[in-house]
Amino acid sequence: MIPLSTGDLVAAAAAVVALAVANRMAGLGVSRQLLWLAARGSAQLLLLGLVLRFVIGTTQPLIVALMAVFMLGVAAREVKTRQARPLAGRWGYLAGALAMFLSSFLFTVFALAAVLGPDPWWAPRFSIPLLGMLLGNTMNGVSLSTERLTEALVRSRDVIEQRLALGETREQAVSDISRESVRAGLIPIFNAMAAAGVVSLPGMMTGQILAGAPVEQAVRYQILILLLIAAGTGFGVLAAVRVVSRRLFDDRHRLRLDRLAA
Amino acid sequence: MFAVRDLKIPGLPPLAFEVPPAGVLAVSGPSGSGKTRLLRALADLDPHGGHLSWAGRSCDAMPAPEWRRRVGLLPGEPRFWRPTVAEHFPTSGNSLDEEVASLRIDPATSSADPMVLSTGERSRLALLRLLLRLPEVLLLDEPTANLDQENRELVIARIARYRKEHAAAVVWVSHRPEVVAAADRVLVLPEGKLRVPAAEEAP
Repeated sequence: MIPLSTGDLVAAAAAVVALAVANRMAGLGVSRQLLWLAARGSAQLLLLGLVLRFVIGTTQPLIVALMAVFMLGVAAREVKTRQARPLAGRWGYLAGALAMFLSSFLFTVFALAAVLGPDPWWAPRFSIPLLGMLLGNTMNGVSLSTERLTEALVRSRDVIEQRLALGETREQAVSDISRESVRAGLIPIFNAMAAAGVVSLPGMMTGQILAGAPVEQAVRYQILILLLIAAGTGFGVLAAVRVVSRRLFDDRHRLRLDRLAA
Repeated sequence: MFAVRDLKIPGLPPLAFEVPPAGVLAVSGPSGSGKTRLLRALADLDPHGGHLSWAGRSCDAMPAPEWRRRVGLLPGEPRFWRPTVAEHFPTSGNSLDEEVASLRIDPATSSADPMVLSTGERSRLALLRLLLRLPEVLLLDEPTANLDQENRELVIARIARYRKEHAAAVVWVSHRPEVVAAADRVLVLPEGKLRVPAAEEAP
């Protein structure tokens, strides 16, 4: 592996600065934002590096658990902020958190216990990056599908209530909308699987190869991650659509849009 | 008996009334007086206080979808959501064609996209969609609002025939004097008073 010095990173930064200059000369007016975001992204990664160095070095399962819960909390918050009209009150967080807990946590534990088998099974060097990959992708799917679901329920309110009035159950009355919402949440991972290795070289695999890992192992890890992400996102999306649509109907099969934030 | 006791709807006094099998309760009142909200509460589509029952069975004691199959609501602005008209009906083929034709609509409309329906066709087809499911109580939200006189008479006659054949209790929101005059009782909103229809309301 060729070690990267700070100077190497400065050289890479010079490429972004060049882009910013080119933008300014063309009068496109995004140079300032570009530089800010490049700096912010780098700073976030450096900070993460510090945290990871500490967490990965730890032998305390409690610290790993706290880190995992913190990551889940941030992801749940992100899901909520991306919604035009999230569920009102604590359910705004809970729905996303529950869906991602059921999917990301479950598949991280599965991958650790049944596939990778580090010792101890929660070894942070493996568990934290895996959970991060899964949460990041599941979060996308969960927020896309939830957004589609709530938007469609608000837009189709009349139709849903007329179906209920004809004696359909809440599940029947929203069956098309649920299906559509699940599909919306799965589009990114479907695209990722279709494009993997053909259109795009996945970032993780590329990074590993550059860092000197054997290509065959890098590919295998990438496949593992891709499959875990697909399963995690799929279950996360199913859970999110179920939890949110369940919350938006009451026991008398009434549509309760008053449970959405205004 | 369709019995309503102490029904609480925001902005209205507690309501109480009974409609016997084959009976008609007309509901009248200015717009915004709560007529549609009353029908929604009776169909258990909105949370409400009070007690609803039909034929001795309480609304709360049966699953909501079953209540709504027995107590059928005809909405004021009917929607259609499937690709063709026919897919909204529990029957198909000749029997559906006959029913459609009996409301003076071309049976070929069955295979059409609901988008092409006129307002009058939508409201008549929505009535048919409800009646073919054989509800025991009818909650009608101005079923004749968008119809010319001929179709209005047709719809009123169709509802009367269904009511007698199935001993259905009818709660009928209407501005039409002939509907109010033919009812057994009139519920006036927003006061919530019950009265007997006056003779001068007859057309």
